[in-house]
Amino acid sequence: MGKLEIEKLSDSNFILQMGPHHPATHGVLRLFCEFEGERVIKITPDIGYLHRGIEKLSETKTYPVAMTLTDRLDYISSMINNIGYCLAVERLLNIEPPPRAKFIRTVVSELTRLSSHLLWLATHALDIGAMTVFLYAFREREQILQFFEKICGARLTVSYPRIGGVRFDINSFVLDEIYKFMDTMLNRIDEYETLLTENRIWIARTKNIGVISAAEAVSLGLTGPALRASGVYYDVRKHMPYDAYNEVEFEVPLGENGDTYDRYLCRIREMRQSVFIVKQCIEKMPKGEIITDKAIDIDISPERKRLFVAEDSLWSGFIAFLDEKRELIPKGEIYSAVEAPKGELGFYIVSDGGGKPYRMRIRAPSFIHISAIPKLCEGHFLADVIAIIGTLDIVMGEADR
Amino acid sequence: MIELLGLVIKTFVVFAIVLTHVAYTTYAERKIIGRAQARMGPMEVGPHGLLQPIADFIKIFFKEDIIPMNAEKLLFKIAPLVVLVFTTINLTVIPFTSDFIIADLNIGVLFILASASVAVYGVILAGWSSNSKYSFLGGIRSASQVLSYEIALGLSLAGVVLMAGSLNLREIVYAQHKTAFGIYAIPQIIGFVVFIIAAFAETNRAPFDLPEAETELVAGYLTEYSAFRYALFFLAEYIAMYVMASICTLCFLGGWTIPKFITDFLPFLEKVPGIVWFAIKVYAFIFLYIWIRATFPRYRFDQLLSIGWKVLIPAGIINIFITAFIKRFAL
Repeated sequence: MGKLEIEKLSDSNFILQMGPHHPATHGVLRLFCEFEGERVIKITPDIGYLHRGIEKLSETKTYPVAMTLTDRLDYISSMINNIGYCLAVERLLNIEPPPRAKFIRTVVSELTRLSSHLLWLATHALDIGAMTVFLYAFREREQILQFFEKICGARLTVSYPRIGGVRFDINSFVLDEIYKFMDTMLNRIDEYETLLTENRIWIARTKNIGVISAAEAVSLGLTGPALRASGVYYDVRKHMPYDAYNEVEFEVPLGENGDTYDRYLCRIREMRQSVFIVKQCIEKMPKGEIITDKAIDIDISPERKRLFVAEDSLWSGFIAFLDEKRELIPKGEIYSAVEAPKGELGFYIVSDGGGKPYRMRIRAPSFIHISAIPKLCEGHFLADVIAIIGTLDIVMGEADR
Repeated sequence: MIELLGLVIKTFVVFAIVLTHVAYTTYAERKIIGRAQARMGPMEVGPHGLLQPIADFIKIFFKEDIIPMNAEKLLFKIAPLVVLVFTTINLTVIPFTSDFIIADLNIGVLFILASASVAVYGVILAGWSSNSKYSFLGGIRSASQVLSYEIALGLSLAGVVLMAGSLNLREIVYAQHKTAFGIYAIPQIIGFVVFIIAAFAETNRAPFDLPEAETELVAGYLTEYSAFRYALFFLAEYIAMYVMASICTLCFLGGWTIPKFITDFLPFLEKVPGIVWFAIKVYAFIFLYIWIRATFPRYRFDQLLSIGWKVLIPAGIINIFITAFIKRFAL
């Protein structure tokens, strides 16, 4: 992006710089658009306005501390980011959280998915001009955030899961409340659908907009609802089950046409599935521990701290366990993925045996979805560009990292 | 001389009433949309936020008036005035009751259509003189939108004019009162529907608010405007809403009269002054405006134009033919 490209443009086309400050670019995405009239000729996304160096920064933090950085990736689904990171480290350490922790994690994951999809629905509908849905969705999102507050005290940047479990147990009263809310949530989803699903204007604005075939979607690396709307059956929760996902029953909704309307339907159906998963988890919730004994953590009890702190560790604040080979964390590398609301969120961690990740690479779905914008916008109008940005559900915190 | 004085007083009365209405329509809009969206709307200023419009006015009046450096300064300053003047001028020909009208023109309907077309120049000028791409797109959109829908609007009113046999708004109301239904909305149902849709587009209101489509064009032709010039556009938009609501009331809903079959049934209703009926009908139409804004998404630009040209204009023409045919042969 720069002077070179501007020079190459012909005079007859209408050039519009959208963003980084624009109400519809969902954060600080900048689009360099070339129009003929209002029809798109070419769109070049430009990112990097929210770069905070999270990957590099995590190399200077110990494993438990680096988790707090993942909160700031996709800041509207921080719970799932945390879980994704914790899973990667757990797999590196070869430890497993106790069953109750697994179920709790699944509950909070799906609550996060609900809240993230609600935010997507709200902003997507607002972009297309339906502003009432925006406030309805925020009403329910607020409830979910209040549950998070009751569970762990934080609403957005939760840092609730821990490597080897979760930080706090969920009170049974809160579980009851969540269970009751799930029934209302189903009614509320119906309410959004009455406003949108059969609305002629909504259909006119979303049908056949931003169509992408299954093959193209796969080759672009789309994941999550954006891929499933094209009819590709791929869901990390089904294909590489983690936490308690293989103990609950749920469907993976698929679309057919891969257009904006199908992506909308997919996400709406996914929200219903999330509700069912949460209900099943609460019904099946086992009793017991919430964090394993082998966990490395920043807030374990003083007795266990004495057990696990390396005797010759210069930094007494660092807690980890040492194995026979005197390695804090086993040497090796791991890629582990979770199904984030936006798509497959992967963590690739290289360990050199020390207490800090040697390298952490994050596969962020939003980053990959941005690369699909030029393809999706081909031949569409300016107004469709907005709909397409909305339908891809992009969060810049994750794309720039 | 006394006549002139009377005219000036009348003008002031109308203008004052309309300005108060505009101020409290913004309040009503926020309250109604608030209720529709499960929230309260303004609550802080005065009881139930009743003083909010006044606070808004004071705030916007004392804000800094910014003119962009690259703007075409003269046109930039004139544009809001053009819009406001040619919208407000419509109020002169609207009969609020049988005897309260500033200028009883023979061609009231034509006058309103004509000055509404002039008002769009202001919008185009605003979009062009701001020297900003978003404003420019908004201005262009507004121009083609208003031009397309003006035709549909005129065609829908032509049916009414044919039935009443007059372009004078007062005559139209009297002619309406004599018919069996008492309102033209029923015999002219096609025209009525076309008129409502075209009125929404003509006033740039949701779901046709493309010229100021917030998420695409930031604020369309208003993007570079601030402070009182910005308020002038808003004033014009709300006055235009009231003008459209008044025309709808006069041409389709019987103006200040109520249908005869109702007064036959409930004779005491005849004692209610005409202005009350007029106001109720206008408020109902304004409520419809707000209700629809809370409910529907926004059309895309090409879809908007294709509705105008492919649906509304043919429907309007068919309506004229049917009306003319019935008028010529059946009656």
